[in-house]
Amino acid sequence: MKNNFFEVLRAGINSTFQDQGRENFYHIGLPFSGAMDNRNFVISNALVNNEDNQGVIEFAYQGPLFEFNGENISFSITGDVKFKIIKKDNTIINGECYKSYILNHKDKLDIISTNKSIYGYLAVSGGFSLDKILNSYSTFTRANVGPFDGKKLFLKQKILINKINPQLQSKQVKYLNSKIEYIRILKGTNYDYFSKEGIDNFLKKEFVVTKLTDRMGMRIEGPKIENIKEKNIRSEGIVKGAIQIPPDGNPIIMLSDHGTIGGYPKIGVVISADYDKLVQFVPNSKIKFKLIDLHEAEKLYKLYSLETENLLNQVK
Amino acid sequence: MVKNILNLGDAAIYYDFGDQINIETNRKVINYFNSLKNLNLEEITNITPSYNKLIISFNLKITSFLELKEKIQNIKISTENEKSFKKIKLPICCEDDFFLDKERLTNKLNLSPEEILKKFLNQEYFCYMTGFIAGMPFMGNIDKDLRIERLKTPRVKVPKGSVGITEQFTNIYTFESPGGWNIIGNTPQRIFDPGNKDKPIMINPGDEVSFFQISKNEYEKLNEK
Repeated sequence: MKNNFFEVLRAGINSTFQDQGRENFYHIGLPFSGAMDNRNFVISNALVNNEDNQGVIEFAYQGPLFEFNGENISFSITGDVKFKIIKKDNTIINGECYKSYILNHKDKLDIISTNKSIYGYLAVSGGFSLDKILNSYSTFTRANVGPFDGKKLFLKQKILINKINPQLQSKQVKYLNSKIEYIRILKGTNYDYFSKEGIDNFLKKEFVVTKLTDRMGMRIEGPKIENIKEKNIRSEGIVKGAIQIPPDGNPIIMLSDHGTIGGYPKIGVVISADYDKLVQFVPNSKIKFKLIDLHEAEKLYKLYSLETENLLNQVK
Repeated sequence: MVKNILNLGDAAIYYDFGDQINIETNRKVINYFNSLKNLNLEEITNITPSYNKLIISFNLKITSFLELKEKIQNIKISTENEKSFKKIKLPICCEDDFFLDKERLTNKLNLSPEEILKKFLNQEYFCYMTGFIAGMPFMGNIDKDLRIERLKTPRVKVPKGSVGITEQFTNIYTFESPGGWNIIGNTPQRIFDPGNKDKPIMINPGDEVSFFQISKNEYEKLNEK
């Protein structure tokens, strides 16, 4: 029996295998990793009938170009993504996100780029045939942890796809990746390290996302946030979404591949409900923060989870 | 024992064991960490011990700060794990290619390279925590005469295996990484192995590590990286 597989004809800028992330290894220096935008990740799997923690390919900006070999599979792409299918006879289908398509032997899938966002997701019916590393399909390139020795996708790579009978009927869901006006945060454990004016600046003025933004962290620039206590703290554990202020005063927001220990004061932490939106901010976009309390953050997370559930129920 | 409990965002608990950085405080952190870990609570997704703090990340879908805080506040703390602490001896090569901050250290510390190495190799180091990059041990305490601040401008790339010192601490760069510690030598020993499912890391908090010097020839033979 012949295998189903993708051959990589172009790897894209930062294409990796991801799932919901890797738990319980912070203490040895491994972050969660996992899909940056969790909602788009789970929808991609639902559109091809996969269980919700199947491994997918996450891409950033320019995505990969594949040639498919084998018997029919269905696939879906989520996010805000421009892509096309090039059939064996060279006819071209311009793809739409949040909809499943069939690929036949020798069809090509060209994931051209994300639009005004960073990350998109590709799921295939049955999932990719991968080994879990430390309980997860997620890739953490910095420590070579993940499928294919934790590497990004590479040219001429063959990626096996599990064989199942794909659903031939297209599935879809209506979803708009809406923008939000504010990223909501909770007070960090070192909130009182900063001057009143510094905190006012942080909460009332605009920041700009810089080019130094990747799966590890997002550096932003804006008005001065003056530290009136200690510029460094004793290194301690940190979490994704934490906003650190290093001595140069420019905030760094920890993202899914962050170092597990940090030594800079934390002014705030982004609420879980806003994380998917945060990671999609492209360099040069403007960002504003709003301080809320824990009770509100928990309510917003319930709402976020409910919305995701509803979307999954609407997949048909 | 715990001085202060706060929330760190909406999905983590922040335990503060006090300002002191010493082995006694750190043992309390590690004992708490191991006792909590052994409960295997489904809602806990990560526990991160450090010198004097413990961060407990949880799944916000199934619990909340107040609920989990209540649940784990009075858990039984076992010191059983202390029996599993190991003594580890690691080879280190301190010849010129690896002793990257020889000049800076001899100048700043007013010691000869031989004196520096003698003081460094003469001690056992307690592992306070691991992390930042996968498997990196933060150990101490180094000889008082060797204490020095970080480099003003961190290196963009510290070679894998480098052994660094700063303040009262020493560490090992388990992967090539940016970093500002003063580099004294390099170990050929692989400290982190993701393929080893049960024990991906060699040095755990509570272990004691000492170094023995090897030549460059021996280094090449032992190199596992």
